[in-house]
Amino acid sequence: MGDAVIETRDLTKRYGTFTAVNKLNLVVRQGEVFGLLGPNGAGKTTTTLMLLGLTEPTSGSVRVLGLDPARQPLRVKARVGYMPDQVGFYDEMTARENLTYIARLNGLPGGEIDGRVTRALERVGLEGVANKRVGTFSRGMRQRLGLADVLVKQPELIIMDEPTSGLDPEASHEFLKMIQGLKEEGISILLSSHLLYQVQAVCDRVGLFNQGRMVLEGPVTDLARKVLGGAYRVHVDVEGEKSAIMEALKRLPRVHAVRAMDTTRYEVEADDDIRPEVAKAVIEAGGRLLGLGAQAQSLDDIYTAYFKKEVEHDRSQLAAVG
Amino acid sequence: MTEASLQRSVKVRRQAAAQVRQREGSPWTGMGAVILKEMADHLSSTRMFILEVLILLAALGTVYSATGQLQQTVSKDPFLYLRLFTSAMSPLPSFVSLLAFFIPLVAIALMFDAVNGEFNRRTMSRVLAQPIYRDGLLLGKYLAGLFTLALVCTAIWLLIFGLGILRLGVTPGGEEVARALLFLLATIFYGGVWLALALVFSVVFRQPATAALAAIAAWLFFTVFWGMIAGGLAQALAPVQIGLPQEILARANTELMLSRLSPNTLYAEAMVTMLQPEVRSLGLLLPTQLEGAILGAPLPLMQSLALSWPQFTGLAAGSILLFALAYVLFQRQEIRA
Ligand SMILES: Nc1ncnc2c1ncn2[C@@H]1O[C@H](COP(=O)(O)OP(=O)(O)OP(=O)(O)O)[C@@H](O)[C@H]1O
Ligand SMILES: [Mg+2]
Repeated sequence: MGDAVIETRDLTKRYGTFTAVNKLNLVVRQGEVFGLLGPNGAGKTTTTLMLLGLTEPTSGSVRVLGLDPARQPLRVKARVGYMPDQVGFYDEMTARENLTYIARLNGLPGGEIDGRVTRALERVGLEGVANKRVGTFSRGMRQRLGLADVLVKQPELIIMDEPTSGLDPEASHEFLKMIQGLKEEGISILLSSHLLYQVQAVCDRVGLFNQGRMVLEGPVTDLARKVLGGAYRVHVDVEGEKSAIMEALKRLPRVHAVRAMDTTRYEVEADDDIRPEVAKAVIEAGGRLLGLGAQAQSLDDIYTAYFKKEVEHDRSQLAAVG
Repeated sequence: MTEASLQRSVKVRRQAAAQVRQREGSPWTGMGAVILKEMADHLSSTRMFILEVLILLAALGTVYSATGQLQQTVSKDPFLYLRLFTSAMSPLPSFVSLLAFFIPLVAIALMFDAVNGEFNRRTMSRVLAQPIYRDGLLLGKYLAGLFTLALVCTAIWLLIFGLGILRLGVTPGGEEVARALLFLLATIFYGGVWLALALVFSVVFRQPATAALAAIAAWLFFTVFWGMIAGGLAQALAPVQIGLPQEILARANTELMLSRLSPNTLYAEAMVTMLQPEVRSLGLLLPTQLEGAILGAPLPLMQSLALSWPQFTGLAAGSILLFALAYVLFQRQEIRA
């Protein structure tokens, strides 16, 4: 992991008395894909706007590629691609014309523009409709054009706000594959979303955002350990005496919980993938092993568990007061 | 306030000022790209096409009928070509009165959705995520409108001269061309005011239809009502009580000053001094001022220009003030719709 491409310190944004982003400390490193997760109104869009200098922070500092977006916005925006949450185009212009305008705004030399636009369109698979009016494009095509639009300036960092919202599963899967490709080229990416399983598929680290605060941060497996106790779930199908098998599983190291799902199925929550130890334990306990599988905890579970805890916490506090 | 807190607040303010000053890079970065794109849009839009056809018809109709009348006086009139613009042959009005009517409409059509249109198409955040300041975007849009307007006006101006040469059979003199050019300039300045006003409305109102209606309401107000209101206000500010000549004079002067708050009045005055060299004064003419003057003798160009200089600068100042207002409002706007 290299240097930080984004670094915020106590970044705060207030609208009147309402605090949209509250003392945010965020670090995104070179070459990393970082996911900002959070419910509606958590402050994700506000954060991305401040990173680009499109909104002035109330207090705190921001560094993007080592620059201050409030004071050096032109240099930041020349090197950072931004894809807004509802990306719009000039409908009466063609895809190529739309991108050419953006290339000109970036001050690219006239001779280079055509080549760059063509390459960006090929990259997202829109070369066939380059000369069609954008007004005729579907939602998925617009989203891909939005990505091409960002790629024209060959950015070092891309900030995407809800890149897969409104896409069907097939299209969002493809979109995520493109993001993965960009990461492999060494481009750092910050994306915000509330579609958790998608974020899990591409992000190295995630930050859980709620009411303007970053409440949890780290790789998905770390979060799982923090919130759920175990990062892995091992499912084992075994025939044999229930209590003996339960006992044997519970005695294994790094196990947090064991549950019997039905007559032959058990679920083991553990820090690591401990399938070999589980297999050995159930056989030693006299069971007939029928099947074994492991699954990393999904972000969905983490998210739900986290916010359930929050609500319970609030309730107990209220009860204590009342 | 204590000494310490005072010092702190002074320091904070100085830092804030320093931050604004330290903003790096030219505010006009990317403006050229904006101007090119916007002008291409304007020149290919249906909206502009309709208005251009209307102006063209107005120009052809009025000038054609004017040449019909002027053919009889070709040898006598030294300012024949200027009469092409100002002669009215009933039932047609003169070309200039039609122009005074059309120019604000063209300007409004060019600008009413300049800013809110970008928000509605959700292109604003995408454009501002490029290395360009809001300054460059706004001025680029304004200049694109101004250049388009200038292009249309110049084309029509050339057309009228061409028509004049064909129908009248004489070539225009140097002073005629100079006066007509200054008239063209005044027309563009006049358009500039309306462009800036429409730009303000396009920043204030999120709905382009609302912005267009508001701009047209302002146009109606100045075209139809401002004259009456100026009269009423003048009566209130400088009432004529007994009917003394000084009182009547004061009232008339007040009314004149008030009416000059309207761009239409300024344009009409600039236009009259340029196209009618005989005009020697734009205010009330007292007998003492006419002493020694030969009635009906044309004023030299430089003197006509000196006479209407305040009108020219007034129009330019109006544009600048309105643009500054649009700029301040736009700077404060949230990018998010
Ligand atoms: N201009 C504004 N004035 C007042 N409040 C605002 C303004 N812009 C945003 N907010 C508030 O700030 C909060 C954070 O908004 P933001 O758009 O950043 O959330 P988000 O995480 O992007 O949500 P979503 O998932 O819905 O896009 C919201 O509660 C919103 O109401
Ligand atoms: Mg958002």
